[in-house]
Amino acid sequence: MFRNGVSVTLLSLRGVRKAYGGNEVVCGVDLELTAGECFGLLGPNGAGKTTTLRLALGLTDPDVGEISLLGYTVPRRAREARARVGVVPQTDNLDPDFTVFENLLVYGRYFGLRDADIVARIPPLLEFAGLEARAAARIQTLSGGMKRRLSLARALVNDPDLIFLDEPTTGLDPQARHLIWERLKRLVAEGKTILLTTHFMDEAERLCRRVAVMDRGRIIAEGSPQQLILRYIEPQVVEIYGDGAQSWAREQGRVLCERCEQAGETVFCYTRDGDRVLVTLDGREELRYLHRRANLEDVFLKLTGRDLRD
Amino acid sequence: MRAQHFAPPRVSPRFIQVWKRNFLVWRKLAITSMLGNLADPMLYMLGLGFGLGSLLPEVNGTPYITFLAAGTVCYSTMNSATFEALYSGFSRLHVQKTWEAILNTPMSLDDIVLAEALWAASKSLLSGIAILLIIWALGLSHSPLTLWIIPLTVLIGLTFGSLGLVITALAPSYDFFLYYFTLVITPMVLLCGVFFPVTQLPPLLQNVSAALPLTHAIDLVRPLVTGRTPQWHWLHLAVLVAYCAAGFYIALVLTRRRLLT
Repeated sequence: MFRNGVSVTLLSLRGVRKAYGGNEVVCGVDLELTAGECFGLLGPNGAGKTTTLRLALGLTDPDVGEISLLGYTVPRRAREARARVGVVPQTDNLDPDFTVFENLLVYGRYFGLRDADIVARIPPLLEFAGLEARAAARIQTLSGGMKRRLSLARALVNDPDLIFLDEPTTGLDPQARHLIWERLKRLVAEGKTILLTTHFMDEAERLCRRVAVMDRGRIIAEGSPQQLILRYIEPQVVEIYGDGAQSWAREQGRVLCERCEQAGETVFCYTRDGDRVLVTLDGREELRYLHRRANLEDVFLKLTGRDLRD
Repeated sequence: MRAQHFAPPRVSPRFIQVWKRNFLVWRKLAITSMLGNLADPMLYMLGLGFGLGSLLPEVNGTPYITFLAAGTVCYSTMNSATFEALYSGFSRLHVQKTWEAILNTPMSLDDIVLAEALWAASKSLLSGIAILLIIWALGLSHSPLTLWIIPLTVLIGLTFGSLGLVITALAPSYDFFLYYFTLVITPMVLLCGVFFPVTQLPPLLQNVSAALPLTHAIDLVRPLVTGRTPQWHWLHLAVLVAYCAAGFYIALVLTRRRLLT
């Protein structure tokens, strides 16, 4: 979205730091979001994604740094900024004492909207969430996917310019995830701006025009998914597994490909020329393999490592 | 604990929407909720009032049931606000994460805590009025001064609501509230003159009693029931207001520390 040919910045963080009891969880983050884009903040668990979102919303004060949300200085004027933002939290916090309809009505009131205006908005929101038939249902009777969609509809009740989604599809089945993705694409097509955090790389690759990889409180890479793949990783991957994969890696893999990594039983060969690798696998029935193009997950694993984060 | 957690309260008229949220939930279960809130104080008042009252002479010239009725108004008012601020408040704060959902809107935490304290006071008002209706219906008091009890229940409710929110802000789980009941609420019921005059206690316990908010609530309400203007009423009001203000501020600081870090 451009205004007079100039791109409009909806969110900017500059040199933002935040520590908890001497443990710095956000260590100098710079971030800029332009109107109309879908931006993905990627990172393993504990990377500082959620804290970054909370800082941007003015729910916690930075130790250092400047934050501006929709033109308002945060945290000082966060309340005014939040009036034009929608938030889908990581874990659903729908109001269990209310029906689907009441959840939207009561949430709209928190924004200072008039009842008549909210009630007029509810049918299209329910349609968007695919919950038209569930207006009178209690929250406890909804499936996980339905709750997620209702959370998304609730975040739209104030017709926000910018929508924050914290791990929108974690815990959903594939059908429910695809439905959420389709809805998010629709929102971007309508001109909404989206900031989502995720650790699903396929999600980021599908939805986001621009992503940033965050690890240990820092942004360590930023660009379009394609740019990151080009910049950080060899274009092809051969995954090899089965008895003898390890010995193959020792004897051939290290020589044939630029990078060879092992994770459990599987050997990952990163290379510019997959065919050279495949030739050596011919006739070795004990080895099974998958030849594919490098994707964002490969970049992510290269940048953040294969160690578990808990 | 950070400096900004100690900032003075900053509230906006939007807090009313949070109050309305709680009201809307209550309205759905109003009948059962009222019965639950009232059965306990009624049974105490009627059971002890008639049962024990028939064995007792008058207390300071008042029939025992009338004496007890004044204590019950305060006790029941205190309990309503306390239960609301503790159990229901904790559900909304911790279990259902309702406050976190609200914080993503243009509402501030100060608005939420104010709305919760006022909501607790609203529950107190209902309980207080219900006991008053019984006092009038049983003819225990005919004094128009009893009407003053209605605004007083709001102040008493706000005080115990605020104190309860302090405990809620500190609570890791529902079990934590048992400490508050055992160490604060139960002693207060027994030491502040609900069932018998404080003057019956040994001097040391009388001094403890004088420092507790429920004593001052009862010192205001009991004369009104018997048709007299309370002595030292400005002092008693000041003590309640002080507990209320301190409780609200501490609850606010602790809730900010809990949710806004």
